[in-house]
Amino acid sequence: MKDLKNPVETEKQEWRKQKNQQRLKTGLTVFSPLFLLLIWQFLSQSGLIDARFFPPPTAIVSTFAQLLASGELFYHINSSLFRIVAGFLLGVIPGILIGLCMGLYAPVRHFLSPLIMALMPIPTLALLPIILIIFGIGEGSKVVTIAGSVFFPVVINTVAGVVSIDSIYLDVAKNYGASKKDFFLKIAFPGSLPVMLEGIQMGQAIALLTIVAAEMMGARSGIGYMIWTSYSAFLLKEMFVGLILISFFGYLFSLLLRGLQRKLLPWR
Amino acid sequence: MSRNTKIVIRDLTKVFYKKEQSITAIRNISLDIKEGEFVCIVGPSGCGKTTLLRILAGLEKQSSGGFRIEKSSMHRPNQSMVFQERGVLPWLTVRENVAFGLRMRHLPKEQIQERTNFFLSKVGLTKFAHMYPKELSGGMKQRVSIARAFANDPEILLMDEPFGALDEQNRHILQEELLSIWSETKKTVLFITHSIDEALYLSDRVLLMSAQPGQIVQELQIDLPRPRTLKDIRANPDMAEQFLAIWQHLQTEVQQSRS
Repeated sequence: MKDLKNPVETEKQEWRKQKNQQRLKTGLTVFSPLFLLLIWQFLSQSGLIDARFFPPPTAIVSTFAQLLASGELFYHINSSLFRIVAGFLLGVIPGILIGLCMGLYAPVRHFLSPLIMALMPIPTLALLPIILIIFGIGEGSKVVTIAGSVFFPVVINTVAGVVSIDSIYLDVAKNYGASKKDFFLKIAFPGSLPVMLEGIQMGQAIALLTIVAAEMMGARSGIGYMIWTSYSAFLLKEMFVGLILISFFGYLFSLLLRGLQRKLLPWR
Repeated sequence: MSRNTKIVIRDLTKVFYKKEQSITAIRNISLDIKEGEFVCIVGPSGCGKTTLLRILAGLEKQSSGGFRIEKSSMHRPNQSMVFQERGVLPWLTVRENVAFGLRMRHLPKEQIQERTNFFLSKVGLTKFAHMYPKELSGGMKQRVSIARAFANDPEILLMDEPFGALDEQNRHILQEELLSIWSETKKTVLFITHSIDEALYLSDRVLLMSAQPGQIVQELQIDLPRPRTLKDIRANPDMAEQFLAIWQHLQTEVQQSRS
């Protein structure tokens, strides 16, 4: 049998190997978007793809700088962000409250679930005409559209979260005489929080999808509006700036929510 | 030594009914437990011992019969339960878990603080007070559970196989700790186990249960002086006899349930 010299040395090498592999994986994650941009730049500049439809990333960046300097970009970002944040909160807060009630009280759950199941498949965007009639062309209609699409994943995940709480924790609360209010705040809310946050994460993604489409259809400002008007005027560089902004904000919100998740769930 | 009766159980019966089928989990259990007594219930699994405890804990309603827990003070809760493993709330820290019962009763802050600290140090968890249960071993989690129950200062303590999931060494350490806290607080304890050693080591009285329907078929007085050691039990010929008696009872019960 071949005798390896030093057991500690062997494990140290093994550990180094794993470290290197980890570094390689991180490197790949950072590299993949850059790689895509590089290919795009090359294809566009060499004329292999039509630069009128796919302007090279460097050109998009300089357009981005121009729009930023003129203040136009800031204006659109501002109105989109307001709508997203307001609509998000307007969807998430009732979603959590109604979800907790449904999870805790079976009669509420049985009364509301068919309604939610029936309403959920209707895309909020298909309701936009009705929403425009009720809430007008102003900010209200956009905020309500987003709230409507955020609400459903949040409420469904919150119910699932409450229902999934191990029954032994309910027994503990009952045995130690928890009041209705304490039961709500100390058991149902923290117990369902992990699954609820997954729903909020999903809602966030849907909010972005919805805002762009809603602004394309019925707005005079916002990133979606900018994408649509640029496209109509064949200003494709401007259009790409809008698309990249959406992707950037989606990524940013995901990171923020992950951070919030870590902060709110130290016990996981 | 005549002590007051603390728990009176009369003709307690629980039937589970489902789809035209009924199973009698426990039938006509009558029982008196004295103040400060440590009583173990031993029986084969599925004999309804947990059902009995859950009825006393207010988690299940009896089908007929009744029970009474004598009150010594208006401010004391009737009972607190130490659950099988997993009874510790994962989203609360060790300290918050121990304080849970007191917080649910909305006692003054200083009092909660003081009692929590006292029982944290009793079970040796002061250093771990800020940790979450996921960072604790199984034995430490059960210490949290025990501290939570004692801190609540109830009239009686109910324990549902609290050490069932622990390894032999840890189990014995926790048994010792439990006895030491118990001897200081003089609580009345009803303890469920299927370990004969555990029952002999801990209790003043052992009740044997039979399965389906769950009934108390025999009771054994354990008169060994306290504090006891495991060696006392192993060395004592009477205890060896008791052990065999219980063993034989369990054996026949298990065989009956198979045939």
